[in-house]
Formats: sequence, C-alpha cells, structure tokens
Amino acid sequence: MLLCALSIFGIVVLIASELVLRSDLAWKAFGIHFFFNAETDSYTHLPLYWDPVNGHFSALPFVYGTLVSSFLALLLAVPLAVGVAIFLTEMCPRALRGILAFLTELLAAIPSIIYGFWALAVLTPLMREYVNPLLVKYLGWSGFFADDNPTGLGFTSAAIILAIMILPIISSLTREVMVAVPHSQREAVLALGATRWEMIRMGVLRNARIGIVGAIILGLGRALGETMAVEMVIGNTPEIHRSLLANGTSMAAVIASEYAEAVSDLHRSALTEIGLALFVVTIIVNALARVLVWAVTRGTPARLA
Amino acid sequence: MGVGIEVTNLNAWYGTNHTLQEINLNIPANHATALIGPSGCGKSTFVRCLNRMHETNPIARVTGSVKMGEMDIYAGAKPVQIRRRVGMVFQRPNPFPTMSIYDNVASGLKLNGYTNRRVLDETVERSLKKAALWDEVKNDLKKKSGASLSGGQQQRLCIARALAVDPEVLLMDEPASALDPVSTSKIEDLIFELKSQYTIVIVTHNMQQAARVAEKTGFFLNGRLVEFDSTHKIFTNPSDKRTEDYITGRFG
Repeated sequence: MLLCALSIFGIVVLIASELVLRSDLAWKAFGIHFFFNAETDSYTHLPLYWDPVNGHFSALPFVYGTLVSSFLALLLAVPLAVGVAIFLTEMCPRALRGILAFLTELLAAIPSIIYGFWALAVLTPLMREYVNPLLVKYLGWSGFFADDNPTGLGFTSAAIILAIMILPIISSLTREVMVAVPHSQREAVLALGATRWEMIRMGVLRNARIGIVGAIILGLGRALGETMAVEMVIGNTPEIHRSLLANGTSMAAVIASEYAEAVSDLHRSALTEIGLALFVVTIIVNALARVLVWAVTRGTPARLA
Repeated sequence: MGVGIEVTNLNAWYGTNHTLQEINLNIPANHATALIGPSGCGKSTFVRCLNRMHETNPIARVTGSVKMGEMDIYAGAKPVQIRRRVGMVFQRPNPFPTMSIYDNVASGLKLNGYTNRRVLDETVERSLKKAALWDEVKNDLKKKSGASLSGGQQQRLCIARALAVDPEVLLMDEPASALDPVSTSKIEDLIFELKSQYTIVIVTHNMQQAARVAEKTGFFLNGRLVEFDSTHKIFTNPSDKRTEDYITGRFG
C-alpha cells in the first residue's frame, strides 16, 4: 500500500525530471529569452516567433495565447458559475436541486474532444455568421475585435468553449464553499432585516469569498492546461494579435499539434520546454486553489447535495 | 423605546409537527420577559415567530396574530420591515468573521442605507457602550475581526449589532447558554440595564437566570403556554401543577 502511495510521488518526479532533461537543449540555446524573444522576419518585416525550419523558437505567442484564452474564459465562466451556485444553494427548490447539480457535474465528464467537435460543428459557424460581425460592429472601436478573420476560429471561440468546460468545476466548488458557510451566518443577516439578496451577499458570498477565489483559480488551472478543444478552435497560428477574434495558439495546443512531427531535436526540445513551463504553472495554480478552498471548507462535515 | 407585544391564537408547524399550539399572551413594553421550559417545548420557535424568522425554514408554517405596537406582523407588514424593528441575539454568538468589529456593529445600518461616516461612528460607539463592550475593543475597532474576540465578547458584539439599528424589541434565544459563568453574568447585567429602554424577550434554560432578569415569565410545555405570570409568582406560587413540577426540578 505504501508503494502504491509512493508511486504517486514517483510519477510526478519522473515527469518533472523528464521534462527538465529533454528541454535542456532549448534552454541551452535560448536561455530565459525563450519566453520573451522575437525576431523580425527579414522578408515581411513582421515579428517572427516560431520558425522550426530555420531553427528559431520563442514561447511568447503560446504563453500569450494560453493566458488570453484562459482569462477570457474566466471572464465568461465566473459570473455564470457563481450564479449557478447561488441558485443551487439559496433559491432552488429541493427537487430541482439534485437534478441541476447532477447535470452541471455531468458537463465535467464530457471528453474534451467532444467539446472540440461540438465547437467546430456548431460554435465556430455561429461565431462566424452572427456573433463576430456583431462584436466587430459594436465593439470594433476598441481594437479588440477586428474584422480580419473569416474563419470563426480564434481566441474568442476558444475562450467560449473553455468557459463551458470550466463552468462545472467553478460552480460545484463554489457551491461547496457556500454550503460550508454556517446557517447561523445567514440567520444573523436576516435578523438584521436583510432581503434575501442582501443575505446572500453579506451572509454567504462574503464568508465564502476566499473559497470562491480558490474555485476560480482551479478553473483557471484547468483552462491553462486544456488541450484538445482549444487546439481544434483556436486557429493554431503562432502569432500575437490584439484582436480577440484573431487566430492564435496555446502552449498545450502547439505541443499536441507539432510534437509528433517535430523537424529537429531543437524543435522537440523547445516544445518540451513549453510543456515544462505549463507543468510548473498549472501545479502552482492548482496548489494555490486547493489551499484556498480548504481554508474555507475545513472543519465542516461533508454534506450531501 | 420599546413596544408591547400582543400574541393571539398563534400556531406554528415544522412540516407536520405542530410545534406551537394556540399561544395567547401579552408581553409588556420596556420590561424583560423570560420564557422557560424543557428542550423542544416550543419556546425558541415562539420567539422566532415574533420576527418571522420561523418561516425562513421552507417547511415551517404559522397562523394567528402578533401585534407589536400598532404593527400587525402577520398582516400587511413585510418580514424585512419587521426584522428592522426587532433585534435578535442567537444562542451561539454569530458575528461576521470577515468583518472588523466596527463593520459588524455597523452592518445593520449599512443594510438600511446609512453611509454618513459621523452617524456610523456615533452609532457604533453608542451601541458598543450599551453592550458594555466599548472599553474592551475601542482601540482595535477596525483592526480586529469580529471572530477574534472571546465567546462572551462575541455575544456582546452581537447584542451591539442588534442594538445599532435601534430596535423596539430585542429577542434573545438562550443568549448565555454557550458562555462561561463570568460572561453569562455580564450578559445578565446587560439585560438588566437594557430592559428599561427595550422590550426584551429572553428564552432561557436556566431558571435562576429567568428569576434574576425578568419581571414576567412564561412556562412552555409540549408546544403550549402552560402559565404566564409575574416572575415572582411563577417561582414562588405557580398556579399550575406542571409549572411547579418543572421549577422544583421534577422533570426537564
């Protein structure tokens, strides 16, 4: 049994050491500049980040794409998820609560390739035909929505599919920390003459806020590492654009799409280094999230839905 | 200033459990009234009916009439309006742990839309003084959280929080039962101080406590009000045999 438990540590150590060893070549070639470097294409005079054939590699567009798509996904998912959690814990009739909670959690069980498939079949045409033109028309002045990508792919589509994928994690954990808030806190606020909404805000959300932040960060961790669905809709272009409708790429997506066909050892090593960075960041983000959730729910007995 | 409470034909249920049956009594203004009785006799349910907290439980139901001054709380008035005129202190101290001492006391005022700094400062100081907590916390009003105080201090903080909105009635549901003897006696002194300005209804397990702080006492048993009279009469010469059995310790 001890061996079984130790195998967990063993696996983590093996993964980490392998990532470090295999990214050594890229680290020696580019050092820390790997994450910031950009060359200018001598022909087009545009910034050039990723050119496997000529041996030029920079992680910048991948880091950018991962961050932009993940934070955009949080922006969309958090209000929705917190709303779902509030409804489920404070307003929902008991009979409906079980079904809704079950359905939300079922969303988490759908394989990401299915999300990606659905996004390609349904979401991107929808974006292309209806949503993107509207965004360009009404928000185009901000510079974040440019009319130069006719595919319907891109950061926004990736963020929407990510938002749907992280919704169940954020809402179920938020629900958990809200349920952990003692009933006496709700009564204290109500007895002061609070309306139900004031009670939720002051008695529940305020007490659960650290745990909710934890739930959000955990959602972020999932979004950062999500590969398949993102790879299918983000466009896979190693470029940095201000427009959120532009094609981009992400750290996980580039590894999935290029590793098997890497043109050189340096290319493979550069991809591994991106993987290492992703590994470290997601571990830190997840650890932070777990600590925050634990800080709120500790000491309360596990409750049934 | 407090108002009297007139309760007529009050019945309450939890699901199918008829927890209060045909309660009739008049609680005098600006006095302390104690409600005693064994566990599960309905005394807590009764005070929770006075500010309509009982019905916050989805399976709970109430019939009958409760008049607080001229306000009929089960006809026309909204629960939110009622609870703003009726303060409540619970069995376990429940300060808001994420708020400072100051914000705890000011929370009711903020819910009522007061934002004037000076009004808030004055009310917080006055309420903490009334709750006999001011001297102990005046130096870290905004530094310490409500949860950092001792149990007895937390309960006095909850009393200050209830007093800050200037209620007419103060309901206390076993306010000292989770506290040590010293804190308990502080709470009792406080009730003694406050009862000239507020109508206080205190539920207690502790008969000596009822005898010490209240002018009137009601004895509840199995969801019914067995006897309601002056505290002196209840404890020296009760008219009902069951009251006598209870206060002499034969059951409960």
